[in-house]
Amino acid sequence: MQDVLRTLQRKRRNAHLGGGTARIEKQHAKGKLTARERLSALLDPGSFEEFDMFVEHRSGDFGMQRQTIPGDGVVTGWGEIGGRPVFVFSQDFTVFGGSLSEAHAEKICKVMDQAMKVGAPVIGLNDSGGARIQEGVASLGGYAEVFQRNVLASGVIPQISVIMGPCAGGAVYSPAMTDFICMVRDTSYMFVTGPDVVKTVIQEEVSHEELGGARTHTAKSGVADLAFDNDLETLSQVRRLFHFLPLSNREQVPTRETADPANRIEPSLDSLVPAHPNKPYDMREVLEKVLDEGDFFEIQPDFAGNILIGFGRVEGRTVGVVANQPMELAGCLDIDSSRKAARFVRFCDCFNIPIVTFVDVPGFLPGTDQEFGGLIKHGAKLLFAYAETTSPKITVITRKAYGGAYDVMASKHLRGDINLAWPTAEIAVMGPKGAVEIIFRADMGDPEKIQQRTEEYRSKFANPFVAASRGYIDDIILPRETRTRIARSLKMLRNKRLTNPPKKHGNIPL
Amino acid sequence: MTPRRRTRPFRKVLIANRGEIACRIIRTCQRMRIKTVAVYSEADQGSLHVETADEAVAIGPAPASQSYLQVEALLAAARKTKAEAIHPGYGFLSENAAFARAVEEADIAFVGPPPEAIEVMGDKLAAKELATKAGVNVVPGNTRPATSDAEAASMANAIGYPVMLKAAAGGGGKGMRIAGNDAEVRELFPLASGEAQSSFGDARVFVERYFPNPRHIEVQVLADAHGQCISLGERECSIQRRHQKVFEEAPAPRFDAGLRKRMEGQAEALAQAVGYRSAGTVEFIVDPEGGFHFLEMNTRLQVEHPVTEFVTGVDLVEEMLWIAAGEPLRLQQDDVRPATGWAIEARVYAEDAERGFVPSIGRIRRMNVPSAAKGLRIDTGVVEGSEITPHYDPMIAKVITYGRDRQHAVRAMQAALDGFYVRGLRTNIAFLANVARTERFASGQLDTGFLDSEYPDGYRPTLPQGNARDAFVAVAVCVYLTVEARTGPAAPTDLKPLIVTLEQESIPCRVSASEGGYDVSVDSKQLAVRSTWLPGQTVFRGQVNAKPVVVQIDPAVEGWAFTHAGVTVSALVRTPETAALAVHMPKKLPPDGSNELRSPMPGLVLSVTVAEGDQVQAGQVVAVVEAMKAENQLRAECDGIIHRVGVLEGDNIAADDVIVEFAEADTG
Repeated sequence: MQDVLRTLQRKRRNAHLGGGTARIEKQHAKGKLTARERLSALLDPGSFEEFDMFVEHRSGDFGMQRQTIPGDGVVTGWGEIGGRPVFVFSQDFTVFGGSLSEAHAEKICKVMDQAMKVGAPVIGLNDSGGARIQEGVASLGGYAEVFQRNVLASGVIPQISVIMGPCAGGAVYSPAMTDFICMVRDTSYMFVTGPDVVKTVIQEEVSHEELGGARTHTAKSGVADLAFDNDLETLSQVRRLFHFLPLSNREQVPTRETADPANRIEPSLDSLVPAHPNKPYDMREVLEKVLDEGDFFEIQPDFAGNILIGFGRVEGRTVGVVANQPMELAGCLDIDSSRKAARFVRFCDCFNIPIVTFVDVPGFLPGTDQEFGGLIKHGAKLLFAYAETTSPKITVITRKAYGGAYDVMASKHLRGDINLAWPTAEIAVMGPKGAVEIIFRADMGDPEKIQQRTEEYRSKFANPFVAASRGYIDDIILPRETRTRIARSLKMLRNKRLTNPPKKHGNIPL
Repeated sequence: MTPRRRTRPFRKVLIANRGEIACRIIRTCQRMRIKTVAVYSEADQGSLHVETADEAVAIGPAPASQSYLQVEALLAAARKTKAEAIHPGYGFLSENAAFARAVEEADIAFVGPPPEAIEVMGDKLAAKELATKAGVNVVPGNTRPATSDAEAASMANAIGYPVMLKAAAGGGGKGMRIAGNDAEVRELFPLASGEAQSSFGDARVFVERYFPNPRHIEVQVLADAHGQCISLGERECSIQRRHQKVFEEAPAPRFDAGLRKRMEGQAEALAQAVGYRSAGTVEFIVDPEGGFHFLEMNTRLQVEHPVTEFVTGVDLVEEMLWIAAGEPLRLQQDDVRPATGWAIEARVYAEDAERGFVPSIGRIRRMNVPSAAKGLRIDTGVVEGSEITPHYDPMIAKVITYGRDRQHAVRAMQAALDGFYVRGLRTNIAFLANVARTERFASGQLDTGFLDSEYPDGYRPTLPQGNARDAFVAVAVCVYLTVEARTGPAAPTDLKPLIVTLEQESIPCRVSASEGGYDVSVDSKQLAVRSTWLPGQTVFRGQVNAKPVVVQIDPAVEGWAFTHAGVTVSALVRTPETAALAVHMPKKLPPDGSNELRSPMPGLVLSVTVAEGDQVQAGQVVAVVEAMKAENQLRAECDGIIHRVGVLEGDNIAADDVIVEFAEADTG
């Protein structure tokens, strides 16, 4: 008996070494942690339960039969974050460069299947050179098995991908279909075809970092949601993100005790919107002052800054926040911001997370760039997302809500549950100047008359009262009481039941 | 004498000012049941003084010259609202004889001295002459302006070097030149004269003895219209930056009672001689030998008047109002002596202390003022959400603390500044908190060279040592475990090892939960940290080893930025297991900004005055940036060679854009 126990201990020790001390040192020298170290930083201390530690690949070609390493390049299992269950896989770059074999893929599929059964999120830590080329098509099949599970799990359990090393070729598509992608600056990259292929095919010279580094994907492509400075910082922020998320679409949003009173009044919000209609202000200030403890976990902070998305809490319960940001492009909607917000709105709807929308939008961004880029369909994504959403929707119009963009931004007409406006709100087809130039085209030669007409239009329409008189706005509120009004509305909406007509799925304009 | 039993001096008073002083005057008026009228420019719509006054009248556009300095607009506002008196506050028209005269001619009481007194005291030469006649010690020198450089030199010889060449109409450090010998006098005289002409429209320059780094001590007097005058003790205002007072206190530390008595006597004599009425201040410099010399008389309420109010219990604004109404002094000299306790004032400004104190403008996004308590007074004209505009003095508040002795007042000041949380723009709060922690400040050995000797290279906060470091460690542990308690698994109550990282330094400690806090053992020391801090609060208040500790907390990506005693450090707490992994993390130091000059504000580059390869000296203007219609000179913070110029004339720049880069200093 003793011998058997010792054997197990020896085998475990062996498995824990992964690719061996030399490779571990190499991994460390790159500023990267090993697969197991990462899991220990991600999960609550001592909570990790490993599966398939002794799985090995079954490949017999190219001498692979002589090289087997227990675990086969990925550490899988489950653990807890903040005492809540989560399924994890962590690719081990020290073992065959973290490459994906059939067995490796099976391990990932196993945790995903388990996660679906119990209704708990999956977090994947990616650090892999790609397919196990020695295994050929078996490896490809493995990827596809993972992809299929990503898709079936989408909207059932939250899936988070953390890119902590290379992630190239087919491997990128699994993270791409998960809900959030986090990257580590300088030590991770993602691309479909790498710099070598790029150079061969189109003679373009580009570095790994520039082609697919964290900066590229968080600021340019919008593929990644978040990036942080190193492994530990990244994993600590994944924990923070996890705290906001429900375990599955069958669960309520998580709650956290807070001492922040729901009826907190913020007098300074009364002076936030500047007197001049074109002067920007920082919408983040509203979020900080409305959410519990000023805690706003922003998603995609470096991409399409004209719209803000992220999580916060009100009375301890998670809410998703979407807000136009007047500090950038006057807060208008364009291709990038529409895509960014649409995906976020749909995520919130999947998991019944209430959505609080703050509106200050002068319209859609004009121009050939936008139209040629398909603004019509991209803008429609956000419209579609808001319209199909059945989780609670609260909208606060702080200033401009012009034209079609007014309709899009969780308006009453799109089944907004509670639509509020600050007294500074202007709900209209367009700004006073533009409107007058159309309605009174004949007076264009007379600046004095135009000025007078503009003032007339402003006093008549540049306010929330016309919309309120039609019931498009449920109430006009003092900015200072925004938090308490939102908190009360959310409480009222806690048991909201709304279902869309039965269908296979809608056809969002992709 | 039959006392007329008036219940209040006026029914309605107009305050011809803004900001904290207008609010402060309104407060006294409200207590006295006097109605108040605020005036405001376009930039001050909705500001605190307008909100708190009973009535408010718009008097013009934002620039002071078109609003707060508009005599006619102010008089019209007073007539319109039927105000019986005008209180000018300080600054603006408070020392403008023409305004005082116009107010009186409009049959409105001017809450200040007679115009004649303002006139005499506004002319340095006339003031000095009068002071000499009244038997007041004056700075050795001539009361007659020098007419030529040769005459100036001969005057200087008679007085003894070093001397100061001083504009007769000067103030605020302008038109002043220090000369150590004849040659320098001859060289500097035309410059001083020219500057006096261009700055004040008055080329007269006189010569007097210059005392390097004297103390600056002033006496508060109150005089009525019936020839009575009393003094309310002195204030020490030696801690100054470029002739602007930073800290003031009453009484003056290490100050001889006999000296005080003589100084007060002379101050009263001067007030009598000029026919003074209302509250006034006679400023003296005190040389290292203990000699004192009259500097000037300020014919208004001083910014720093609250310290006197704290130690005397007198509301100076209330007394000014009674005096302006013609009442005889309600206090006798014996009523106000001796001063009890100690009071200190710190001036909180919206300025970037780490970038040469350039003004910082914008919205006050967050402001947590230390809550009112006995021995703490905050005079402010702004609230969270207020805008600091470039049009006026960027003062945010005055923090005044009081204690039974100086040590207590100092401690209260340290705590108040540590807990004064302002975000959205830069302030000098950390700088003030740092000054308040210096040994020299605690010792009370003050003179006007204080800041130059304590901060010879400007304000560069350094990492905390000793007790301050321990406090950071203890607070970090407490904050970390309080946050973890609700997100992580329940915190164990037994001894638990943690690693606290302050900036780059990792400090191992062992922690156990205790009643109302945690016991932390670090470097064989025991730290008992107790606090009721809750996540989300911006200011941590608690005790470490029974000593009160106040730390400002700003969340960072991982961990926090703590600010205490004027020092901001990044703080991070990890388990030993995670900390062991941290050694593998690549070092990503933020780009070293010490060899760059960055724009402290967004704006338009008006000019760049240096080119690549230029040798510049600390304080030299490198570029001029226009922000919100104000020109701001950006100066080099240290000597160096320009390696790169990052902006062009006409560029629109954002805050933190690099203006110039300096070449790496030779470290060989």
